[in-house]
Amino acid sequence: MTDTLSEFFTEGEPIADTKAPKVPIDKMWTQRQFDAGLVQPTNRSKSSVIVVGTGLAGGAAAATLGEAGYHVKSFCYQDSPRRAHSIAAQGGINAAKNYKEDGDSTYRLFYDTEKGGDYRSRETNTYRLAEVSANIIDQCVAQGVPFAREYGGLLDNRSFGGVQVSRTFYARGQTGQQLLIGAYQALERQIAAGTVDEYTRHEMLELIIEDGRARGIVARDLVTGELETHVADAVVLASGGYGNVFYLSTNAMGSNVTASWRAHRKGAYMANPCYTQIHPTCIPVAGDYQSKLTLMSESLRNDGRIWVPKRAEHCDKDPREIAEEDRDYYLERKYPSFGNLVPRDIASRQAKVVCDEGRGVGPKVGDFRRGVYLDFASAIERLGEDAIRNKYGNLFDMYMRITGEDPYKVPMRIYPAVHYVMGGLWVDYDLQSSIPGLFVAGEANFSDHGANRLGASALMQGLADGYFVLPNTIRDYLSKGPYPQVDENSPAVAEVKAAVADRTEKLLSINGERTVDSFHKELGHIMWEYCGMERNEEGLLKAIDLIRSLREEFWRNVNVPGSADTLNQSLEKAGRVADFLELGELMCIDALHRSESCGCHFRSESQTEDGEALRDDEDFAYVAAWEFQPDEAGLPGKPVLHKEDLTFEAIELKQRSYK
Amino acid sequence: MNLTLKVWRQEGPATKGDLVTYEMTDVSPDMSFLEMLDVLNERLVTEGEDPIAFDSDCREGICGMCGLMISGEAHGPERTTTCQLHMRTFTDGEVITVEPWRASAFPIIKDLVVDRGSFDRIIESGGYISVNTGAAPDAHATPVPKQNADRAFMAAECIGCGACVAACPNASGMLFLGAKITHLGELPQGQAERSARVVSMVDQHDEEGFGGCTNIGECSHACPKGIPLDVISQLNADLRNAAGSNR
Repeated sequence: MTDTLSEFFTEGEPIADTKAPKVPIDKMWTQRQFDAGLVQPTNRSKSSVIVVGTGLAGGAAAATLGEAGYHVKSFCYQDSPRRAHSIAAQGGINAAKNYKEDGDSTYRLFYDTEKGGDYRSRETNTYRLAEVSANIIDQCVAQGVPFAREYGGLLDNRSFGGVQVSRTFYARGQTGQQLLIGAYQALERQIAAGTVDEYTRHEMLELIIEDGRARGIVARDLVTGELETHVADAVVLASGGYGNVFYLSTNAMGSNVTASWRAHRKGAYMANPCYTQIHPTCIPVAGDYQSKLTLMSESLRNDGRIWVPKRAEHCDKDPREIAEEDRDYYLERKYPSFGNLVPRDIASRQAKVVCDEGRGVGPKVGDFRRGVYLDFASAIERLGEDAIRNKYGNLFDMYMRITGEDPYKVPMRIYPAVHYVMGGLWVDYDLQSSIPGLFVAGEANFSDHGANRLGASALMQGLADGYFVLPNTIRDYLSKGPYPQVDENSPAVAEVKAAVADRTEKLLSINGERTVDSFHKELGHIMWEYCGMERNEEGLLKAIDLIRSLREEFWRNVNVPGSADTLNQSLEKAGRVADFLELGELMCIDALHRSESCGCHFRSESQTEDGEALRDDEDFAYVAAWEFQPDEAGLPGKPVLHKEDLTFEAIELKQRSYK
Repeated sequence: MNLTLKVWRQEGPATKGDLVTYEMTDVSPDMSFLEMLDVLNERLVTEGEDPIAFDSDCREGICGMCGLMISGEAHGPERTTTCQLHMRTFTDGEVITVEPWRASAFPIIKDLVVDRGSFDRIIESGGYISVNTGAAPDAHATPVPKQNADRAFMAAECIGCGACVAACPNASGMLFLGAKITHLGELPQGQAERSARVVSMVDQHDEEGFGGCTNIGECSHACPKGIPLDVISQLNADLRNAAGSNR
C-alpha cells in the first residue's frame, strides 16, 4: 500500500496551530481576544478587508467588520447577498443556552460536536464554537429573527439528530432563511452607512499575493465580463462548500470551489478534502435529467420513524398495506438508545445497507430501489395532524410538490445525498490559512466539524465565524499593519489578471463537442460511485485514473459557446467544472491515504465484525493538509501531505457508540 | 409530453428582444420547469446555438433567484417558485410563453435575467434593526407574544423573488415592502425605528420607479410564499402613523 501511495503524493513537514493560547480550554478564547492587537477607532477606516461570499459566515463578517469601522468590499456571484445558499438550511441552529434545563452546557455541546465529528476536528476551535453559540441566538433575536416561540413569549427549542438535549433554535423549517436575512439586513445597513461596498454578480477567479501575503482578488463582473482587480489589507473567503463536485447534491446550482481552489493553487493548504457529509434525509433521485437533490430537514427524524419492508418481495407494495410485523424499523432495532436520531453518517449508511440488500422502496433507478420510508403515521396518531402540520408543514408541502405524493397519507421516501463538506481550506485558531492575510470562514474552512457534522451546527459555525471570531482575529492581523499599498497596475498584479484572461480565452476557444454539464455529470458519477458513502482502495485508484482522463478530455473537447464580454452562464460553469476536476482528484487521493473509517467516510477495508465504521486513532488522529504542487505544465502534480496531529486534552478520545 | 415554447430572447439591455419558438419532445412530467430549460439548453449548445440565460440557484424554492413569466403568470400557473413548478402541471401539446419579469424597476440584463438590485436598495434604506454585533441582551430578556412572533415569521417568509412586482399591473413593490414593514413592526425590537423605517423605505420604493398600489391583489395571488395582502394595509397604517409622529 505504501508503495501505491507514494505514486500519488509526498509527505512534507508536519504543521500545527500556534495561535490557541496555552491556557485551559474554557479560558482560551477570552485570552486570545485579549492578546489580539487593537486598531483604534479612527484608524479603522484606513484598513480594508475583502470578503468573498455573503452567506452566514461572509455576510455576518462583512457586516460586523463594517460596524467596527473597517472598509469592507463584499462579493457574491448571485444577484443579491440574500440569495447565498445558507438560506436553504431548514432545521435549526444549536446553542448551549440550557433554556430547557435538560443538562446542556458549553462543554456538552463541545463534547457532542467532537464526538459527532468522530474526533477528527480540532478541539480548541470546536470548544470556541460551543462557547459563542449562546451569543449568536442573542444577536439574531435582537436583529428581529423570528424564531419559534412558546405561548409565554419565550423561545422554543427542539432536539436534533445525534444529541439527547433540546438545544436547537428554529424558525419552522426555514431557519437558514431567517438567519441569513438577519445577516443580510445587517449587511445592507452597513452598505447604507458606507462602510461596505457591495459587488453582486461578481465571481472571484484569482487570489492576489504580494510579499507572501494575500492582498486582493481578481473578480469577473458576470454581467459585463470585465475582469476587475480589488486590493485590500486582508482577504476573507467565506465562499461555502464544494459538494457540487458530485454534480447531484443539495447545494445550490452555483455553489462552487473556485475561490478556495484558486487560493489552494496559490499556496493555501486544503484540509481533509474527502470529508463529505452525506445527509440521510433527502428526496430520492427520480430521473436522468435531475439537476439537484432536495433535502428534507433532519428534524423530521424527531417524529418520523424510518423503516423498510422486512422482505424484498414487499418493496413494491403500498406501504400502508404492509403489516406492522413485516416492517423493519432498522435504526430503532440496531441503535435502541438513539433510534431514529442516530448521527447522520450512521443513518445514511444504514439506509444504503438496507437498499443494497434489495429492501429499498420507491421507483427503480437502474436495478435498485433507492429509498427508505420516513413514516409519520404514529406521530400523527399521537399528536394529531395539526401538530405535525404546525411543525413541518412547509417541508411536507415541498415533498408533495416534488414527488406528487401526500406525506400526511403515505410515508415519505428518503435517501442519503451529498449535503455538506467538512473539509476545506486549512486554518489556524485565528481562521487564518497557510497564506498570511487570507482568512477562511464557514463551510469553506475545515476546523470545526471533523469527519461528520452534527445536525444544526453548520448555521452555528457560519455565524460564529462571521459575527464573533473573524472580527476579533482579523483585528489582530490588521493591528500589525499598516501594510504597504498594493499598486493595482504593478507587473505582479497584471500577471495574475492576464492569467485569468488567458484561462477564460482558452475555455472559449476549445470549441469541442461536449457540453460543460456532460463533463460535470460524468465527474459527479465517478465521485459518488468511488468516493461517496463507501470507498475502498481499488475504487479510489480507478477514480483517480478516470478523473485524470476526463480532465484531459475536458481541456480538449469542451464546448463553451458565447464570448467573455457578456453574461455567459456556460463560461461561468466551465470555469467551475475545471476546478472541480482538479479538486475531485485530490479528494480521491485524500480518501485513498486515509485507510480508516471515520464519520461519513466509510472505508470498506476498515470495519468491525458487525459492519460498523472502524476508526484508527493510532495512525490517523491527524488533519491531512494538502499543499498544491504543479507539474511542468501547471497542472496538478503530486500534492504534499502536511499532517497536523490532533491533540485531545479537554476531551477523552473514545470510540463512538450509539448502540 | 411534447410542448412548444416561445421564449423571450434578448442579447442585452440595449438590444431589441423577440419571442423565439422551440419545440420540445419527450418532456418528463416529473421535471421541474427549469430542468426542462436545462434540457433545452443542452440541445442548443450541442446545435451550436447560444443557450437561454435564466437565473436560478437553490432550486428548492427558497433563495428567490429564479422567476419567469410563464404564459403571462409570474412563476406560472401554480402558486410556487419557478424551480418548484413541475411539468406535470402542463398538458401535452401545450404552447408555453416564457418571458422575464416585466417592470421598469427590474431592467433586463439578458434573455430571462433581470436586475433586482432595487429590492436591495429598498432594504438598505431602512429594512433592518440597528443593532451592532455583540451588543445584544439575552434572547429571553424580551418575550414576544407567540401571535406576534408568528405574524412576524409569516411576513419574514418573503424570498424577494419579485413575482409581486411582475404580477402587478402597476409594477408596484408594496407587497415586498409591506412584508418587511410587518416583519419588523410585529417585534418589540423593531419599534424604535418603526416610523423612520416606513417613510424611508416608501421613499426609496418610489424613487426606484416602482408603481403605486391600487389594491388589485395580483401580488399576493402570485406570491409563492403566500404573503397576504394585509401586510400592505399594515404598511399604510404605519405610514399614516409616521406622518403624525415626529420621528
